[in-house]
Amino acid sequence: MPPVASPPRALEVRGLVKRYGDVTAVNGLDLAVEPGECFGLLGPNGAGKTTTIEICEGLTEPDAGEVFVLGRRWDRDERALRERLGIALQETQLSDKLTVRETLELFRSFYAHPRTVDDVIALVSLAEKQGARINELSGGQKQRLDVACALVGDPELLFLDEPTTGLDPQSRRQLWDLVEQFKATGRTVLLTTHYMDEAERLADRVAIVDHGRVIALGTPQELIASLGAEYVVAFSLAHEGTVSLETLRAVDGVRAARVDAGTYEVQVTAIHHALPALLGTLERSGLALSQLSTHSPTLEDVFVSLTGRALRDG
Amino acid sequence: MTTTAAPTAPPAASPPPAPRTWRERSLVQLTLVRMREFWREPEAVFWTFGFPLVLAGGLAIAFRNKPPEAVPIGVVTGVPGSEQARASLRGTPGLVVDALSPDSAERALRTGAIAVLVVPQGDRAVEYRYDRDRAEARTARLVAEEALQRGAGRTNPVATTERQLTEPGSRYIDFFIPGLLGMNLMGSSVWSIAFGVVNARSKKLLKRLTATPMSRAEYLLSFMLSRMVFLAFEVLAILGLGTLVLGVPLRGSLAVMGVIILLAAFAFSAIGLLVAARTRTVEAASGFANLVLFPMWIFSGVFFASTRFPELLRPFIAALPLTATNDSLRAVMLQGAGLGAVWPQLAVLAAWLVICFPLALMLFRWR
Ligand SMILES: Nc1ncnc2c1ncn2[C@@H]1O[C@H](COP(=O)(O)OP(=O)(O)O)[C@@H](O)[C@H]1O
Ligand SMILES: [Mg+2]
Repeated sequence: MPPVASPPRALEVRGLVKRYGDVTAVNGLDLAVEPGECFGLLGPNGAGKTTTIEICEGLTEPDAGEVFVLGRRWDRDERALRERLGIALQETQLSDKLTVRETLELFRSFYAHPRTVDDVIALVSLAEKQGARINELSGGQKQRLDVACALVGDPELLFLDEPTTGLDPQSRRQLWDLVEQFKATGRTVLLTTHYMDEAERLADRVAIVDHGRVIALGTPQELIASLGAEYVVAFSLAHEGTVSLETLRAVDGVRAARVDAGTYEVQVTAIHHALPALLGTLERSGLALSQLSTHSPTLEDVFVSLTGRALRDG
Repeated sequence: MTTTAAPTAPPAASPPPAPRTWRERSLVQLTLVRMREFWREPEAVFWTFGFPLVLAGGLAIAFRNKPPEAVPIGVVTGVPGSEQARASLRGTPGLVVDALSPDSAERALRTGAIAVLVVPQGDRAVEYRYDRDRAEARTARLVAEEALQRGAGRTNPVATTERQLTEPGSRYIDFFIPGLLGMNLMGSSVWSIAFGVVNARSKKLLKRLTATPMSRAEYLLSFMLSRMVFLAFEVLAILGLGTLVLGVPLRGSLAVMGVIILLAAFAFSAIGLLVAARTRTVEAASGFANLVLFPMWIFSGVFFASTRFPELLRPFIAALPLTATNDSLRAVMLQGAGLGAVWPQLAVLAAWLVICFPLALMLFRWR
């Protein structure tokens, strides 16, 4: 793509490689994030998401590949770049002995054009906790404080590495609201996650990452539509019965079938034809159902159909 | 490739930096954080301030000047001349006299319960049994001899009088206080930096900080600044206790003391930074720090003079930073030495600083 007078990409990564001994954590990865979008890296544990995002953050040296952040390179413009980025790492323990407010005052002091501490505290809904020591905070509150430390410099580009891993559902939703508010100001977010619901909810575009490579890229809708399935039927059989996957795949309207720990998952088009046909096939084989459910396909199903594994299996 | 809609309003060109109060400056904030972390850790406060004072107090009591203790000696009973010998010895200052049967007398001598055994051999003869290697036994023998001879009628041809004195500066506590000050300078400087840095590294906080525009030099400098503040309290506490309560003399100038203390604090901080340069866990750092500190507690003349070690070791001992600190503090406090007299020690401290600090920066890992 020839350089034109358009604003530079928020992030551009080409041919990234990072090895740790025998392990190739990132294996030739390309990314392009446009200004104003929320871009998600979705992949199981060990896929190389943290390694990738930390290379983008200028915290890890890649073995090969190029990184441009806001059109600049880390080796030339580190100091200027740090002013414009907000970074929350996957695992940081802020100093237990400090209060919420003291921690934010510290991080604020590093930036040339920061937001006020009061603003940021209000943004992450920690006003009531501003005098509390960090070891008195819940997991969700700590995570919001960590994001607040990333926001206090008023960044153009926000990096979040697994921001809701290990949090309860309510804390996850609070964090999602926070990211959506930031997005609404027209700024850019790069986030990693191994939760498909998080990627679907927050990301304008998603790159599915496995074994250090991007294996699919697009909006969540595009990725799901690429399955060509309207529904996913999941069932298990009574009395430890089994049915061959060939049999299932031969049923009219079935696009794909797999079995995992006794649960069959069948992707179908035209569910009103496919479901009765499927049930008929089972009945003819003398098999009884112990459980049946259907859902619209998700990014999880996309990952499964690309890799044959579930996201959470890692 | 997907093209996205035109980005919504890019962030406006940045306005000039808002004027900052001194409290909003990053160096001040970093230093404040260091100080808060210290004050809010009661154990650290105790080991820095409480422990040395308790130690000094305890040693002051243990080694307070008391009248020389009386030495126990034995006289064998049931032999001719025993009565007379005991009469002569009774009431002799510096001796406690036990009358013992021959059997128990031998046992008491062997176990050290008495220093000298007097065995009368009839009216005009006495045998002393004692261990020549025990200084107090030799002294007790002389005192007993004098008493027995006088009791038997000897008169001394020369009249003598005596005047005893206790010189301030020659007591054990006078020796100990400068060493305690040196030891504390070393411990608190090495520990506060090594622990602070390695703790932050092990929690990924160091990495998190380097992800911001924070100046790394200011981060390290904040340790030095907070150290200076606590150093002032530490020094005042120990010197105050030493001079005002325990009467340890401070004969040299405070300015020279200040130069030694500052240089020592910098040198030990550089050593702490070196300990912390690459260490990943607090456990490893504490092992490493103890490895560095422990030999100096022994060799550098904190509890006893380093001159007790063999001649061969002396040059190495003199090159240790704690030896340089203790020797120069002692010279200034007890002998009133000036800068001219302690420059070799100052040179040793400066050498440690000049070698360790750049080395630590070279090896330092921020992630
Ligand atoms: N510092 C490291 N040393 C050795 N191996 C590492 C290191 N960091 C990551 N790895 C390995 O690289 C792979 C990718 O890890 P990571 O980027 O953390 O994945 P993710 O964030 O997607 O879970 C994993 O196999 C991990 O064990
Ligand atoms: Mg990760």
